[in-house]
Amino acid sequence: MTAPAMASHDVAVLVNGTERRARVIPRMLLADLLREEWGLTGTHLGCEHGACGTCTVLLDGEPTRSCLVFAVQADGCRVDTVEGLAGNGGELHPLQAAFRARHALQCGFCTPGILMTLAAFLDRHRSPSETEVREALSGNLCRCTGYQHIVQAALDVAAATREGRAST
Amino acid sequence: MRPAPFEYFAPRTVEGALDLLARHGGEAKLLAGGQSLVPLMNMRLVRPAVVVDLNRVAALDEIREDAGRLRLGALVRQHALERDARIAASAPLLAEAAPLIGHLQTRARGTVGGSLVHADPAAELPACAIALDAILHLRSPRAHRTCRAREFFRGLLATTLEPDEMLVEIEIPPRPLPRTGHGFAEVARRHGDFALAGAAAVLALDGDGVCRHARLVILGAGDGPHLARAADALVGERPTPARLAEVGRAAAGEIEALADLHATPEYRRRVAAGLAGRALGDAATRAEAA
Repeated sequence: MTAPAMASHDVAVLVNGTERRARVIPRMLLADLLREEWGLTGTHLGCEHGACGTCTVLLDGEPTRSCLVFAVQADGCRVDTVEGLAGNGGELHPLQAAFRARHALQCGFCTPGILMTLAAFLDRHRSPSETEVREALSGNLCRCTGYQHIVQAALDVAAATREGRAST
Repeated sequence: MRPAPFEYFAPRTVEGALDLLARHGGEAKLLAGGQSLVPLMNMRLVRPAVVVDLNRVAALDEIREDAGRLRLGALVRQHALERDARIAASAPLLAEAAPLIGHLQTRARGTVGGSLVHADPAAELPACAIALDAILHLRSPRAHRTCRAREFFRGLLATTLEPDEMLVEIEIPPRPLPRTGHGFAEVARRHGDFALAGAAAVLALDGDGVCRHARLVILGAGDGPHLARAADALVGERPTPARLAEVGRAAAGEIEALADLHATPEYRRRVAAGLAGRALGDAATRAEAA
């Protein structure tokens, strides 16, 4: 196959607080840049057309499907992936700890996308109702758990955050 | 699935984007939020040779409000509709419909203008734009023209936009009377899915409670948003719940409803009738309380 000569583009992205650079062709997806070029395979790819939500990352702080953004578009942006959730010493993010405690994952394929979606959602919504958590999760498919324990884990974290704030 | 190769440009100005569009003719696609275009590219149902990314055009994502007249840049993200106090005050219909547009992740990226020009028949924003009498500002290297939202949509995924034109701004006029109310209702099989049917309504009452302005738009049931003629009969009347339900049924009767896996045309019309009545009822209740 003879592809037409396409210009490549230099990108610089702040990934989990560290600047990374790459030279990308226009059609490379942000998800592929993260996984294939930078080895950040925690971001999973499921449907590759924006239906399943497993590739969700934070783009400039907002949950975004990384299969629907071209890598070149992320130039100059901040990207946070699931690798950045845990602390430097490996201590789990409160959501990750709640997922473990509540058994909120089974095969784990959808988990990175769900964690990133919920991390951003809980930052904005300190006292969500169960319905609001379920609506926030509507763009993430999980075919194992039935969502029950995921919702419970999210509500646990919200409750713990509220108590923590009340006691300080 | 990955897109076919393309050339990428990220202009900083509207003029730059229009110039690229003119230079590459039908080969080029404008990329806004990409929540409809990129899936189609990933599946190679669309293979543009050139992609003109609008996300670096700063002038396109402004929200301005002036004496109740709201101006939304075409690149305003859908989630701004849920968050922006000016939008909640001037066009609460948009704030009410916004949480039903796709999902958290798609609203963070998807744009108001992108949704309008994509013209999906089940999309919320085209119906809201018509119900609000929105005026769309379209630019090409030749001219700047305006088009009323009700004249913009031309059926399934089709609009009056010319190949060298782009939508730059959505202008929403002030509410027609102080006592104006809105309603939005839709049914989808799962939150965020494409609506089976839905309705957007705006009603304005005078000081005596007589209706002076009525708009009802049904979405998702036919091949595009449908501005119901039946609602015109409400002008001059004092709306009652029974009458609004009747108008909802009449409006649904105007639609050529589509059949698919999820619903027969008859079922769609029945659902649309109920939702239209509900949207009108909410609009009337809010107008009375205003």
